[in-house]
Amino acid sequence: MDFRFSEEQTMTADVVRELLNDVCQPADLRRLMGEGAARDEARWAKIVEMGLAGALVAEDKGGLGLSAIDFVQIAEACGYAGLPEPLVENAGVALPLLAAFSDNARAAALLERALAGDVTVTVAHPANPFVSDGDTAEAVLVVRDGAVHLVETAKSTLVAQASVDPFRRLFTVEFEPSDATLVAGADEAGVPLAAALDRGALFAAAQMQGIAQRCVDLGVAYAKERQQFGKPIGSYQAVKHHLATAQVKIEFARPVLHAAAAQLEQGDLYSRARISQAKLACTDAADVAARTSIQVHGAMGYSWEVDVHFFLKRGIALTNWWGGTAFHRERVAARVFARPLGPEHTFAREA
Amino acid sequence: MDLDYTDEQKAFRQEVRSWLEKHVPGKPLPSFDASREGFEAHRAWERVLAEGRWGMVTWPESYGGRGLDLIQWLIFEEEYYRAGAPLRVNQNGIFLLGPTLMEYGTDEQKARFLTAMASGDEIWAQAWSEPQAGSDLASVRATAVLDGDEYVLKGHKIWSSRAVFADWAFGLFRTDPASQRHKGLSLIFFPLNAPGVRVQAIPQIDGETGFAEIFLDDVRVPVFNRLGGEGEGWNICMATAGFERGLMLRSPARFQVAARKLVELFSAHEAEIEPTVKAAVLQSWMDAEAYALSIYATASRLAAGGHIGAEASTNKIFWSEMDIAMHKAALSILGARAELLRTAPEAGDIGRWLDGYFFSLAGPIYAGSNEIQRNIIAERMLGLPRA
Repeated sequence: MDFRFSEEQTMTADVVRELLNDVCQPADLRRLMGEGAARDEARWAKIVEMGLAGALVAEDKGGLGLSAIDFVQIAEACGYAGLPEPLVENAGVALPLLAAFSDNARAAALLERALAGDVTVTVAHPANPFVSDGDTAEAVLVVRDGAVHLVETAKSTLVAQASVDPFRRLFTVEFEPSDATLVAGADEAGVPLAAALDRGALFAAAQMQGIAQRCVDLGVAYAKERQQFGKPIGSYQAVKHHLATAQVKIEFARPVLHAAAAQLEQGDLYSRARISQAKLACTDAADVAARTSIQVHGAMGYSWEVDVHFFLKRGIALTNWWGGTAFHRERVAARVFARPLGPEHTFAREA
Repeated sequence: MDLDYTDEQKAFRQEVRSWLEKHVPGKPLPSFDASREGFEAHRAWERVLAEGRWGMVTWPESYGGRGLDLIQWLIFEEEYYRAGAPLRVNQNGIFLLGPTLMEYGTDEQKARFLTAMASGDEIWAQAWSEPQAGSDLASVRATAVLDGDEYVLKGHKIWSSRAVFADWAFGLFRTDPASQRHKGLSLIFFPLNAPGVRVQAIPQIDGETGFAEIFLDDVRVPVFNRLGGEGEGWNICMATAGFERGLMLRSPARFQVAARKLVELFSAHEAEIEPTVKAAVLQSWMDAEAYALSIYATASRLAAGGHIGAEASTNKIFWSEMDIAMHKAALSILGARAELLRTAPEAGDIGRWLDGYFFSLAGPIYAGSNEIQRNIIAERMLGLPRA
């Protein structure tokens, strides 16, 4: 029993954090938004260079063979930075799913290019009504009647669905399913699709955790600067208590998130409930933190000029991405009402 | 990160479980805050624990402990609450003062006080607050005047938990009469039966007498009863408060067991209650789990040489608010029966939820009000300026 990250895990996340701190500040986001774009090619090239595309793909399939626990802090960093590019969806969800079908020649060929960082892949999973980043992805893994098809975006019809988040590119996908597009029948697709949902929900939660901390940090920075009645507003208890309340949410979402990451590979009722709990807790933290930050900023908080709205909007988007509140609460209920409860079962797993 | 127990930890759990199965009283003990009888029944239980060397498993063997680590302490607590064992009447001693004595006491003080604390022979009350020093604890007025090798204590303490029946109390006294605020305070122990001590019980919201006023009128105690140096009381006291809020006062198992009972209550009444209650029940379970996971993370960090910081304050806010939410959920499941006292023929064991609800309302107040905790978080974690 040791509830701590290894030095290597933290070091890897630090490298990502430092890179994003250099190349993904709100000024960078505003520039990109001004260009009407959702991908900064120079930044994406640097991210690709880090070689993280295959983080969660097994070594014998050409990946790094890491686990969710190795990637969770990276996803938090992406949330904190408000990263527009699809590092989390591509490396965290799509490529491990694609790798599950690597017996299929088309899937294997695409995986090789994706691991090299030449292309990205995205997923149209039943948990989500849309597919993200379809415009820049080479191909989409689409589920039809439980079976998985691999469709080149060039051969499908993508209809853009504008998102409140200026950096999310959402689409509905239409294509002609055929034997040529099929990579896995319903009987073999179930387990990998469930794993994709777990990863998607976990890493969405991780981004929410990053978003929450960023919102508090922005609020704290402003509360130290802004003076009213001759003092920084952050010296007043009314303001302090708002921010402290948000930070408490963050502090108690974090261990749930990290336990969920550590338990993800179990793939059982217990780990699914923990992941869902993490999604709920981190979503709650992000919601409270974003609203608190806006309140602390006063009228500025409602302005386009202050950066909080980037994080508010990403939070709104991720709240229902990979399952909303009702969906995840039911997954928690499935564990609570079907398995023994109590302190001796905190780290339980299916035998 | 390794979230599995080692074989050694699993074996330890079994050892604790089988000992508790043999020794935990079959019937719940009467409250230690309502009568001398209940208090003494809990003292007797402390002695049983001490004989099995289960009183304080993290303490060194020389003071009646087992020298175990914090993960083993958590396992012990999990089994303790799982078994429905009695609440710890000496929590002011073993969870607050004990760890502080261990850190700041001389060998002679440790030998004198820790052993009797672990054995239940001496039950402790705390004497932090005064009528004019609550959240503003640094404005303590009670004085300790040095006279030879004795201090003469004078003053008025209030909200002293366990003081009605306990044997000893510890509190802050101004040893330097010219001093202001945090300076010039010392942490001093005094027997509650010493000449010049008068204890006046304060009835609580639930009718019990869990706290009291203490009037000290020229109470003489040896200098030996001062913990740490003269004038160092504030810093030592903050270390005590940190440990209390941070880790030991409310172990997660307590809430996980309450959450389990809440789910059982919900399942028994599901057909009659409105659907929104289900969300509150699930939230309670999730919060209890979150608190447990958080404490495991803290314990792992401390085991690796880390120190407890402002998370002592986040913990205190979290468990106290969770405790209220849990009991509110239970009362909403009980509906019109929620108001029944334990003694009502129709009550069954409903009454304990009402008792628990009352007690939960004290949570955001004692051990440093949640407003003070939010100030600490804002200033020490977030770096916001002091007022």
